Amino acid sequence: MSNLIVVEHDNNEVAAATLHAITAAQQIGGDIDLLVAGENCGAAAEAATKIAGVSTVKVADNAMFGHHLAENLASLIVDIAGDYSHVLVSATTFGKNIMPRAAALLDTAQISEIVEVVSADTFIRPIYAGNALATVQSSDSIKMITVRTIKFEPAAAEGGSASVEAITGGADSGLSSWVSAAGSNTDQVDLTSAKIVVSGGRGMQNGDNFAMLHSVADKLGAAVGASRAAVDSGFVPNDFQVGQTGKVIAPDLYIAVGISGAIQHLAGMKESKVIVAINNDSEAPIFQVADYGLVADLFDAVPEFDAAL
Amino acid sequence: MKILVCVKRVLDPQVKARVKADGSGVDLANAKMTMNPFDENALEEALRLREAGTAEEIVVVSIGAGKTEETLRHGLAMGADRAINVVTEDVLEPLAIAKVLKAITDQEAPGLVLAGKQAIDDDSNQTAQMLAALLGWSQGTFVSDLKIEGDTATTIREVDSGLETIAVKMPAVISVDLRLNEPRYVKLPDVMKAKRKPMDKIELESLGLDTANRMTTLKVEEPEGRAAGIIVESVSELVEKLRNEAKVI
Repeated sequence: MSNLIVVEHDNNEVAAATLHAITAAQQIGGDIDLLVAGENCGAAAEAATKIAGVSTVKVADNAMFGHHLAENLASLIVDIAGDYSHVLVSATTFGKNIMPRAAALLDTAQISEIVEVVSADTFIRPIYAGNALATVQSSDSIKMITVRTIKFEPAAAEGGSASVEAITGGADSGLSSWVSAAGSNTDQVDLTSAKIVVSGGRGMQNGDNFAMLHSVADKLGAAVGASRAAVDSGFVPNDFQVGQTGKVIAPDLYIAVGISGAIQHLAGMKESKVIVAINNDSEAPIFQVADYGLVADLFDAVPEFDAAL
Repeated sequence: MKILVCVKRVLDPQVKARVKADGSGVDLANAKMTMNPFDENALEEALRLREAGTAEEIVVVSIGAGKTEETLRHGLAMGADRAINVVTEDVLEPLAIAKVLKAITDQEAPGLVLAGKQAIDDDSNQTAQMLAALLGWSQGTFVSDLKIEGDTATTIREVDSGLETIAVKMPAVISVDLRLNEPRYVKLPDVMKAKRKPMDKIELESLGLDTANRMTTLKVEEPEGRAAGIIVESVSELVEKLRNEAKVI
């Protein structure tokens, strides 16, 4: 068996999500190669060679890969996928965008968001917002897989000494072009890897009130998240969203403030080790998954909690 | 321009999925079903493009047997001009669905295909990207804002780090996110009108495609539930429990 992992990176650093996908590949077994495609991505490629257990880092350094456009990147994956039994990528927006395109070009099914490797051809993946777990066996000769990061520990970022192989892709498809990016959440602790997350919902009433949560988060070294209701209401930007269609996270401590606990939200946080819910509605479904529930007005409870830290 | 909108019939998002006792899947018998919410956003966007004069005709397509027709009628009631039902009792995987949608796209020759970014039952998030691949078209995924000018669609994508704007060449396949728009409510006269709108039925076999499943579902089970927690009486008790019992702060 041989695994290719498509590395998510910003041309300088390897994204933490990729380290989790590498662990999934280790559980499958066999050689592990990485693909780093980008523009002036030498630093990211260098970082990739240090990841423990990697044989070869294939580097495609070309302007057409600079912004990870799906059309060009999928073609590149297709060019080299034939050498592998498994191609994996993190189930982030990066991976979800490119992997199905590559899979279809290879006339191969994609196994989405695996949470467990049962064997080299059998995997467990959540369906119905995580309310069911399906064990699926693939008959394709290449397994194209996206990996739900929270269920796999990160591989060691240091200790490896992989060789580097430069590769070239085909021509730029010319089908799409990058215009701009707006990161809204760059100052705070990364939501997907934070040990503690403080999330607000519709009960926060407006965006300004999220300052209360940021204050608590600063004291705890935590990230701030939000329910879909809070994002839809414009309280906070989309990259705060935790849930079925947002980020799926599993911190050591998740504090849900003014969040009712819709199925879609629970799908994104119910794997957290300890869940705290603060809500004035004692009937709110969030209390059914909370280890510690506090039925209280959040506008009294959160400042008091903040002061007690 | 003609727009093809791909819709799927799914378990209502407010209903909690129940796993069948024999582990063969999720029990959908007598369950409340609805159009996949993301697909409603896709259809709403198509309708708005028609209202803005960018599109002339909206065609909704869905794959399935029996009550799939109900979901398409809902699309017609929202305002689509006509519907295509590819009829099969098989439960197709995203790759096979993309092959079927490619065949329909080849027949219909739309200038744009819109779909939800994922179906809330299977949560695969694959079909639009796969369809774009099979067509050799550009793709815009997880889109929360769409502007079409000439042969370019400017899309704002919801990505993990925030928002990304990319320009995609038309024709394109675009998968949409929930914040793209607020789907309209259907009024009773529209429901009546929808009954008279055309609905083509195409038997899956007649398309001559290889739609065999590549995966076998060995079992479906409920995840482990969380043990019941406790209600604390005060903030100070909460802080004490988190410090000394859970030891997480």
